[in-house]
Amino acid sequence: MAINRMFRTCPMTGLRVHESAEALIKANAVAAVVFLLLGGILALLVALTRWQAVHLLPPDWFYLVLTGHGLDMLVFWIIFFEIAVLYFASSILLGCRLAAPRLAWFAFFLMLAGGIINNYAVFRGDSSVMFTSYAPMGAHPTFYLGLILFAVGALIACFVFFGTLVVGKAEHTYNGSVPLVTFGAVTAAIIAVFTIATGAIILIPTFLWSVGLVDHIDSLMYRTVWWAFGHSSQQINVAAHVSVWYAVAAIVFGAKPMSEKVSRGAFLLYILFLQLASAHHLLADPGLTSNWKIFNTSYAMYLAVLASMVHGLTVPGSIEVAQRRKGYTKGLFEWLRKAPWGNPVFSGMFMSLLGFGFLGGISGVIMGTEQLNLIIHNTIYVPGHFHATVVIGTTLAFMAVTYFVIPAIFRREVSFPKIAQWQPYVFGIGMTMLAVFMMGAGTLGVPRRHWDITFAGNALGYEFPGTAHLMMGLMGIGGVIAVVGGAMYLLVVVHSVFLGRRIETPGFQRVRVVEGMAPIPVPQPAGAAPQAHGGAQAWGAPGTFALAMVFLVSFVLYYFINWKYLATVWPLK
Amino acid sequence: MADPARDDGLTADELDDGIPFMQQLLDNPFILLFLGVVTPTVLYVIWGVMEIVGIPVAK
Repeated sequence: MAINRMFRTCPMTGLRVHESAEALIKANAVAAVVFLLLGGILALLVALTRWQAVHLLPPDWFYLVLTGHGLDMLVFWIIFFEIAVLYFASSILLGCRLAAPRLAWFAFFLMLAGGIINNYAVFRGDSSVMFTSYAPMGAHPTFYLGLILFAVGALIACFVFFGTLVVGKAEHTYNGSVPLVTFGAVTAAIIAVFTIATGAIILIPTFLWSVGLVDHIDSLMYRTVWWAFGHSSQQINVAAHVSVWYAVAAIVFGAKPMSEKVSRGAFLLYILFLQLASAHHLLADPGLTSNWKIFNTSYAMYLAVLASMVHGLTVPGSIEVAQRRKGYTKGLFEWLRKAPWGNPVFSGMFMSLLGFGFLGGISGVIMGTEQLNLIIHNTIYVPGHFHATVVIGTTLAFMAVTYFVIPAIFRREVSFPKIAQWQPYVFGIGMTMLAVFMMGAGTLGVPRRHWDITFAGNALGYEFPGTAHLMMGLMGIGGVIAVVGGAMYLLVVVHSVFLGRRIETPGFQRVRVVEGMAPIPVPQPAGAAPQAHGGAQAWGAPGTFALAMVFLVSFVLYYFINWKYLATVWPLK
Repeated sequence: MADPARDDGLTADELDDGIPFMQQLLDNPFILLFLGVVTPTVLYVIWGVMEIVGIPVAK
């Protein structure tokens, strides 16, 4: 079988782009954006229903829409985009051909079919079982079938990624270790393999149960194994968006990692321990012992938290070092003040970093502490936390890097540059409001996934304090602002990709292979930086350390405030 | 980014000898894949499932 060795050299970045890889990155990114559009429309409907003063949808539609929103955003948008990131981080950053492009296309169509089938099941109206689809609550068989097909496609795509690493090594397109961004993608792919394997373990029997071939699914067994899939799928995001942070720091600033050892060590902690945090969803379940719960959350999870704090320090630290080299050395923060805040690639990435750390990270530790978990378990605090991690953290980082991908891969100019400039701020501020007020309302006991917290017409009602209703209203306003930010992103991206002005670049040319080694172009600065390696020499980042101290003080204060709060709702005398 | 083994006359194995153990570990995605799948499978899935299986059935 003939091997496609058609490459082009990107004049903007100097990166060598394989024809098949480029086409697959485009296809996966476009599919991701379509699911983002669908999920975003559903998000608006959810926000306007939980905003009690508006209370838009009737209950059956609310649960249908919430199910579709969860799946389209947490699974289809994110994982399609992650597959695009995997192909970019392997084939393009390593300058090698993509392994098995036909298999990669088969994976893509399998994922697409899975996404469509699952949405069909949800919109039929008989599968409003939420993202978690807890048994014995049953959905239509096509609901599980769609997820299984999608997962199999994603698994194949992960192995195409691993195959591409082998191709790069065998054809000597890089020296020594893979670049740090690629290493982060390796971490994401490893977590994805575990995630998909556990998904198969629980979703295949559940599918068989839905068609009547299996009698019974134990609910606790389901929850335990399902969360290894459900929560770990969000850990793929963490590894992927941290890779994007490193890539953006390199692309925008030419920043090199402060210490390769430290950053790779932090990724290793993700590989070993990040998935174990899934246990925090089961902290209120009586069937599992405290040994299992505490080991998996309060010991192993903290090692993954440590890794996130390392990345949270080294990414802005590497930017600070690069900026100081350019002469921005005045005081602690001139490097940050003089950063390109009008460039959406940077502003989106930096807001992603701050939101993920200050909101998502700190609240995640609170939820992972067995005792503190009692005060917020199954409240709207939980979606507040994961909107900070998955939406501000991952989605905003992916949005930011899209503004680099449009000219580099789609070879189009970014349309509506002013809208693109404002988009990360509108989306980031709206989503921050949504996450903060969700967490505030959750602390007051407002439940998640609840159609009507006024319990109107119920025999056994409950009256939440006025503050809770105020927070839900502010959450709704934040949600609407975030949806506007999302619409701005979609407008810019869709217009740029389909109607944007073409950037004339040299076309693909067959690269002659001599002794298995393709000739290497001279990389330009923007492309060379994410391929380069850093060292342990660059720790002159006092501004970042000052920010890290602010983070640690906030962390400690919030942690102890929650213990104090626990003492008031559950007094020990 | 030429093959280092070609530049200085050393084989890839000889070059590997000078690379620290941790770097060799981190450079091997398949060992990392093994560790990244086995660790949570044992500590989360198998341990958790064994605990559930061990719950006495109500009479």
